[in-house]
Amino acid sequence: MFGLPLLPNRRPPQPYSRQTEQKGSRLRGATLTKSVCPYCAVGCGMNVYTKGGTLIDIEGNPDSPINEGTLCPKGANSFQLAVNPHRQKFALHRKPFADRWERVPLDWALNRVAERVKEARDEGFRQKNEKGVVLNHVTTIGTLGGATLDNEENYLIKKLFSAGLGVVSVENQARI
Amino acid sequence: MIPLAVLTDIAAELPNAFPPRRTPVPDADADEVMGFFTDATLCIGCKACEVACKQWNQLPADGLEFTGYSYDNTKHLGATTWRHVAFKEKITPDFGKWLMVSDVCKHCAAAPCQQSCPTGSIVYNEFGSVYVQPDICNGCGYCVVACPFGVIDRSMIDGHAHKCTLCFDRQTEGMEPACAKSCPTDSIQFGPIKQLRERARERVERLHEQGRADAYLYGADSVGDYGPLHSFFLLEDHPHEYNLPVAPPQPLRNQAPRYAAGLAVGAALAAVAAFVFGRAARAAP
Amino acid sequence: MPGLGASFGRGAATNYQQDLANSDCVLFMGSNMAEAHPVGFRWPLKAQARGAKLIHVDPRFTRTSAMCDVFVPIRVGSDIAFLGGLINYVLTHERHFAEFVLAYTNAATIVEDEFRDTEDLGGVFSGYDPKGREYEPAKGGWGYQGSEAEGKARKGGTTAHPTGYRQRKAGGGSHGMHGYGLMGGASSHGQPRKNATDVPGGCHRDETLQHPKCAFQLLKKHYARYTPEAVAEVCGCAPEQVVRVAELLCQNSGRDRTGMIVYAVGWTQHTTGVQIIRAAGILQLLLGNVGRPGGGVMAMRGHASIQGSTDIPTLYDLLPGYLPQPAADKGHENLDEYVGHEGLPTGYWANTKKFVVSLMKAWYGEAATARNHYRWKWLPRIDRDYSQLPFFRDMAQGKVKGYFLLGQNPAGGGPNAGLHREGLRNLDWLVVMDWFLTDSANFWKDAPDGPPPQGVKTEVFFFPAAAAPEKEGSFTNTQRLLQWHDKALDPPGDCRSDAWLVYNLGKKLKALYRGSRKAKDQSLLHLTWDYEFDEPPHLPDGTPSLIAGEPDVSKVLQEINGHSLTETDPSTGKPKLLSGFAELKDDGTTACGCWIYSGVFPAYGRNRARDRERTDNPVEPDWGWAWPHNRRVMYNRCSADPDGKPWSERKKLLWWDEQQHKWVGPDQPDFPPDTPPHYRPPPDATGMDAIGGAAPFIMKPDGLGWLFAPGPAKDGPFPTHYEPVESPVGNLFYPRQPDSPTTRYFEGPLNRIAHRPTPEYPVVACTFRLTEHYLSGPMSRFNSWLNELQPEMFVELSPELAADRGIEHGGWLVVRSPRGAIEARAMVTRRLRPLRVQGQTVHQIGIPFHWGYAGETVGAVANDLTSLVADPNVSMHEGKVFVCQVTAGRLDGPAPRRPTEPFAPWPTRAAVPDTPRAAQPEGHLT
Repeated sequence: MFGLPLLPNRRPPQPYSRQTEQKGSRLRGATLTKSVCPYCAVGCGMNVYTKGGTLIDIEGNPDSPINEGTLCPKGANSFQLAVNPHRQKFALHRKPFADRWERVPLDWALNRVAERVKEARDEGFRQKNEKGVVLNHVTTIGTLGGATLDNEENYLIKKLFSAGLGVVSVENQARI
Repeated sequence: MIPLAVLTDIAAELPNAFPPRRTPVPDADADEVMGFFTDATLCIGCKACEVACKQWNQLPADGLEFTGYSYDNTKHLGATTWRHVAFKEKITPDFGKWLMVSDVCKHCAAAPCQQSCPTGSIVYNEFGSVYVQPDICNGCGYCVVACPFGVIDRSMIDGHAHKCTLCFDRQTEGMEPACAKSCPTDSIQFGPIKQLRERARERVERLHEQGRADAYLYGADSVGDYGPLHSFFLLEDHPHEYNLPVAPPQPLRNQAPRYAAGLAVGAALAAVAAFVFGRAARAAP
Repeated sequence: MPGLGASFGRGAATNYQQDLANSDCVLFMGSNMAEAHPVGFRWPLKAQARGAKLIHVDPRFTRTSAMCDVFVPIRVGSDIAFLGGLINYVLTHERHFAEFVLAYTNAATIVEDEFRDTEDLGGVFSGYDPKGREYEPAKGGWGYQGSEAEGKARKGGTTAHPTGYRQRKAGGGSHGMHGYGLMGGASSHGQPRKNATDVPGGCHRDETLQHPKCAFQLLKKHYARYTPEAVAEVCGCAPEQVVRVAELLCQNSGRDRTGMIVYAVGWTQHTTGVQIIRAAGILQLLLGNVGRPGGGVMAMRGHASIQGSTDIPTLYDLLPGYLPQPAADKGHENLDEYVGHEGLPTGYWANTKKFVVSLMKAWYGEAATARNHYRWKWLPRIDRDYSQLPFFRDMAQGKVKGYFLLGQNPAGGGPNAGLHREGLRNLDWLVVMDWFLTDSANFWKDAPDGPPPQGVKTEVFFFPAAAAPEKEGSFTNTQRLLQWHDKALDPPGDCRSDAWLVYNLGKKLKALYRGSRKAKDQSLLHLTWDYEFDEPPHLPDGTPSLIAGEPDVSKVLQEINGHSLTETDPSTGKPKLLSGFAELKDDGTTACGCWIYSGVFPAYGRNRARDRERTDNPVEPDWGWAWPHNRRVMYNRCSADPDGKPWSERKKLLWWDEQQHKWVGPDQPDFPPDTPPHYRPPPDATGMDAIGGAAPFIMKPDGLGWLFAPGPAKDGPFPTHYEPVESPVGNLFYPRQPDSPTTRYFEGPLNRIAHRPTPEYPVVACTFRLTEHYLSGPMSRFNSWLNELQPEMFVELSPELAADRGIEHGGWLVVRSPRGAIEARAMVTRRLRPLRVQGQTVHQIGIPFHWGYAGETVGAVANDLTSLVADPNVSMHEGKVFVCQVTAGRLDGPAPRRPTEPFAPWPTRAAVPDTPRAAQPEGHLT
């Protein structure tokens, strides 16, 4: 008696609001930049959209033969990596034994680090070992990082710290 | 003095109160109606769909609760979770199955939320999907109780009802919805619903050939009181195991009997009243 | 990566991810690919849709297991036993690809008489020095019989061995041999040819494979005891499961079919990791699954550029391109000695001097000349192991002054993280560059085990980092593919790229040292360091970039690619860029920062890492650029038979075209392009001329895949089952040798080890990764969209163990190891189950390693439980397996941790600029 469908398949015109009538995508007029996901080593291609100098969307690059436009939850989240209220936007300094961070000018921090590097290097540089074999190295400074950095950044790290300063312990977590 | 801005706001809202014209939309079975086909046999439970949806729609995270329901910590669809991956561990001594599927609005051809909406906020759009117009919704919540799939919900943040829009905004530019685009294994597919149904039937056949005899489609044909859903699923176990209703009821179906019953009760009451008061009147001096 | 290097010649994934779709059978082991690499997993699922079989062998039933056709649960750390069982099955049932094995592997090569197997010596190979806990391959007779160098020490070798196998010892003990030899055996593993025989390599061979000392027979003998029953006993699975997996692999190998093996850190983070990977290499060589479509060994790396960071190494013992960092010993004192020592007369390593001289020219520019040996002396020498683990031990002892953490979080992610935090507390100063205040940035105030801030002396500098879309550069992904990411926008505030920090720090230091005449400062003062933009950089939307001092990283990639110092590019007037490593010279007329990347930037304006062209070629040669020389399937000469014809139509990739007189096919040949299949090297040929036309492994001195590996693995020529350092059972195969005899220990009060099975710690623990989080959390626990998906630290355990300890699902439990204790919520699940191992019940638990004390969600640090031990090859720790005790309840002591950041549901609620209200995100329309 009350069998379905209760409504005919024919649909009457719908009462759209003006906003609904104008419905559109925020990507219209945006600038597209090609990128690569910074998480795991699958290497998914990404489309990064910006507008008015801000990041507005990141999604998979459908042209990439590796991911064909898809992303995992972390890749899909990468918008939140860049646009995030927890993100630190200024250089910070914590003095020895202090209980808080202090905001410092970027250039001040860099100068101070350079001085500390020089100090430690001048003190710790060893030209030869006890047997007179050449060492030319520093073992009181080290660096750790790399596997989420760009190749070019790794190259600069290795070049400056190892070939330039003689720091031996230039490391990252990449191993086997 | 009323500030000018308020007046202009009111003026801007006026056409919404009296839509000057109505937008034609395709019929429920038209070729251009779009939908989802979600294949549980390809779902790896990664939840990319959940995050891609939140990212595209800029929806808030709901909160931090360790539920212990396998790897499901978002629990169910809601006003700010429009894709939800359900997990069910069915592990036997010979290591059985870990079921996963990404649930979403079914975009019913005869959607009870749309039928129950008293303001005209919920409409069918030009892609045949069910869309809640957030600027019209008054937050009455009739749609929330009408939906047999537990999809639509009212947000505690703004008091309005929200659910999957099938990425209405993206579709206007010819882009596929964010969840389907992100899905790493193509468990979520998007397209003209008629084509999807064909593709899904072929997939079931192939799975049967490979010995996976349990594979079947949910919602590609009628399910419960519903005709074909515009978002249907390929499952390998009982719908209950995926948190889907076996026979979703259509609330409208109850409407005529309830009206009839209401009328009958009214008529009966009237008859009783007539009888009682009539007698009383007659008995009066 | 010596695991793959020892077998095939290069330490990198052999094939590309999309090639998984061409496979007929995929074995996932040591990899939870669906969870750790979900997008990569798209390709095996495509294979499955075509009918391929997917197999998962793992301690836990994971989201990968759920998708596979076969799942076999095994005990953590029993991988070599399982793989040994597969190898044994193949050999016993003669299911190997006989033609392939004979032609392309060293199966027929005869090993020296002195060699003794673990079967003979109760669990160690010949040449073992129990005092130093290391092998001396020279003494052990690990070399080939009949090689040219027999009896002739090559110049430069400190302890030259008759077969050319030379073990170099550095003062102060062994150092981690990460690199040399990785790519085929530079340093120590030369087997130069003796005579012009018609077999590659020129060593003694027995083509019938019957000689008792030929590699094939040795292999057979070595694995004879790995029967399905014995393996099942060790692994805790059923014998039928071993047979089932072996059968599937055998059925899907041969002329017409191929299978692939996929691994990740589930294999690497063991003290036997290199050998586990070796075992996979042996299995694939036996089955003929190397260099062919849908075959090979796919290493799934964990980070965006983890392959890149060993290719261009930020590693203490490597120079770019897998050249060893010079050591403080005689063999490396001058350049020629180094080259004599590390190069090889045959195969591609014959070019070593070109690589080194070009590198020195790239680094020291005009200051490097032939007369001063290209300033070889300026490079720092290593005299012991300075890798992360021992260096943090030094740090904890106050021996280190300053440290840089560039996107790294050892306070949460380092093995035995407590010791890492102790290290940071003992520094004078620390520089952290990251996006958020990570566990390592905030170690001085938030670490639950530390003193109050007033008790921590370390001066800490925090530099806010640019996010990936805010800088340009290249990543090298898991399939050796360099992909450039463009810069979309400027970073906010003081956020800068890591390149900016290093470049400007370099400039400041050069200024500080300006005018110094001290010898030690000359390397810095003469370091080439000019990467200024030629024109002010612009963003893609046309606006100028506002970041001052950013280096032009495309110039860095040009330097890595290499350029000529004599020829100029006619269109720009700049030095001509090199088209590939074949152009490198050893006379100081070329400069090249990393020889294996040469060819990525062959001309100005032509950055091939930035290529984004799709073609109908299935290997997609114009999408990014793969090292070496854009080859997508390494050793692809194997895809044709010895005569140069494809093994089958279905699996063809590269074949010899007699008309064109060259190798043709969709992929770039990983072989001299015009060396015909029947070429046999003349006597005393050197370099690539010494590689025959049917010798596909060109980085190997004999051109063959190594079943028996005389090197470079320091822990033996054959993978052997040893128990993990911490295990609840003894070694069934070699009772006298429970753990690997070459494991290195760093014991101390902060790093206790349970060497023997003990009732105090009866449960086996395994750490693991979740899809929803990343590493120790700096890239996920500050992100609400990910945090809501997995909001809390938990531990997975079986209902049986939970019932035994009175632990409730969702309740709290405490895990204690010899290093520390953590509390977590209990995830009681049948996905874990107790195993029967050697007659006893072994319980296993799974611990995700994503939490720490800084972030929006916080929780116990899994790495507080792990130990600091190292494998002998690459100083890899054993994070994947250790013993523990599990009890119900919570830890005593300080109050539960609180998040250091408030929950932020939205990344932003700002409106999208220049966008009408109707096109704003739906979530903003509320």
